[in-house]
Amino acid sequence: MLTLSSVHAGYGSFPALFDVSLEVRQGEAVGVIGPNGAGKTTLMRVVSGLLRPSGGTIVMEGVDLARTASHRIVELGIAHVPESRRLFPRMTVEDNLKMGGFTPAARPGFRQRLAVVYELFPRLAERREQLAGSMSGGEQQMCAIGRALMSEPKLLLLDEPSAGLAPVIVEQLFELVKRLRAGGLTVLIVEQNVQQVLRVVDRAYVLKTGRIRAAGAAAELLASGTIRDAYLGV
Amino acid sequence: MTRSLRWLGAAALVGLPFVYTAPYPMHILIIILIWSFAYTSWSIMGRFGLVSLGHGGFMGIGAYVTALAWNYGHVSPWIGAPLGLLAGGLLAVVVAYPCFRFRIIGHYFALVTLALSGIVLQVITATRDYTGGSLGYTPERYKNGSSLYAVQFTGKTTWYLIALGVWAFGLYIWHRVDRGMLRYALEAISEDEDGAAATGVHVTREKLKVTVLSAAMTALAGALYCQYQMFISPDTVSGIAVSLQMVFAVVVGGIYVPLGPTVGAVITIMLAEVLRVSFGTRAVGWDNLVYGILLVIFIIFLPKGILGSLLALRRARRGAAAGE
Repeated sequence: MLTLSSVHAGYGSFPALFDVSLEVRQGEAVGVIGPNGAGKTTLMRVVSGLLRPSGGTIVMEGVDLARTASHRIVELGIAHVPESRRLFPRMTVEDNLKMGGFTPAARPGFRQRLAVVYELFPRLAERREQLAGSMSGGEQQMCAIGRALMSEPKLLLLDEPSAGLAPVIVEQLFELVKRLRAGGLTVLIVEQNVQQVLRVVDRAYVLKTGRIRAAGAAAELLASGTIRDAYLGV
Repeated sequence: MTRSLRWLGAAALVGLPFVYTAPYPMHILIIILIWSFAYTSWSIMGRFGLVSLGHGGFMGIGAYVTALAWNYGHVSPWIGAPLGLLAGGLLAVVVAYPCFRFRIIGHYFALVTLALSGIVLQVITATRDYTGGSLGYTPERYKNGSSLYAVQFTGKTTWYLIALGVWAFGLYIWHRVDRGMLRYALEAISEDEDGAAATGVHVTREKLKVTVLSAAMTALAGALYCQYQMFISPDTVSGIAVSLQMVFAVVVGGIYVPLGPTVGAVITIMLAEVLRVSFGTRAVGWDNLVYGILLVIFIIFLPKGILGSLLALRRARRGAAAGE
């Protein structure tokens, strides 16, 4: 579904990703794990078109994303839940969700999608008139995921969804990811919370200082020492 | 405001010139309406954090293109004014597109547009052989001075009704933008450009849309001002002073409410008139001093402006009353 081949990217003259290749197949949940500064967020930004790669190709169902504007990428079915959520704090919950269904293709199904999202997150339905910025971190994360789901994506990009959330909320969050997968959504998730994310995804890549250091089935990675090496690695 | 009250207000505004015709107050009313329209045009983008200090430039373009087309090309303002709008819109694209494309936002955007004001003023002054430079410019009178073809009218009533119509049109556009998807996009952009882009908003295009709309409307205000006053000069319709005046009036009146710019126009124009009438030439420039002081006070204590604060107060009262 999504294939990255030797992608290079950076900020100005500062390189953040080197020769990154990875693949996400239809219906899979794939994790990218790695410590701070590994380039995880950069990877997400490159896929969703917020940052242009300096080399390599990113192909989603035959379309080269490296040459596609970010709003078109949303239309292609990729929804990005950015790091630290990036909600619109002074807009209501419902308006935030409305923004998620902003693309012309998503607008006709707006009511229906809204109902789906509210069913998924009853909490958001209760708080629909509340300003998004006034909610708790967990609720905001739900709102951000709900917003992404409004565009009826095929592929959901989750950038550190567990950051800054209480352990019990994080657990709920990963439960939710499982449910979304069961509903047929393909998920690419970037996390530092290694133990938990590896219980949700099928496969994972280990990213460190901008390079893929290891890859494999989640269970294998959990069992092997690769991860410990990547984090503490000498 | 209830619906019937609104219709009553509209009827009173339309009916006014048929019962009251004193020329000086009528003149002030027309001027207030024209500037209200210009300020409303500015606030259409200003309310989304797109602070332009270049709108004096757009207004000047609208006024000068209309007048020059009439004098040199004998083109009726019915064509000339749309040409002015087009020129204003094009100029907006030329200036704003690179800004939006390369993420020049906030203060930097304000500075770029500030330069635009200065440049338009300089161009008008430098081409003095055609535009009359800083001495100003007058569209030629057509025959006896009243003609629909030339959009020249001697009667104040006619002008009042035209200005009223254009002002109402400005409010209608404000309303349309307020109710449309454009507003959601722009609010999202003003809160978080990356977040908006990630949800599928074409940031550059949405910002450009509202900027071109706002610039073209401001050019129309310039054309209208030109036809009414039959005299334009770089200082009265373009330049940095006019741009700053727009920002000031809108901040005073209320940037987030539809009638805020109108209230701002009433206050600033009345203030200037009162100072002029009561102090005469001794007070030249005082209005600017007062504006400056008021601006500081407003930004600190009443950032929502007069009307915005009043409406917020009323809403809070009602909320408290309903809560009891």
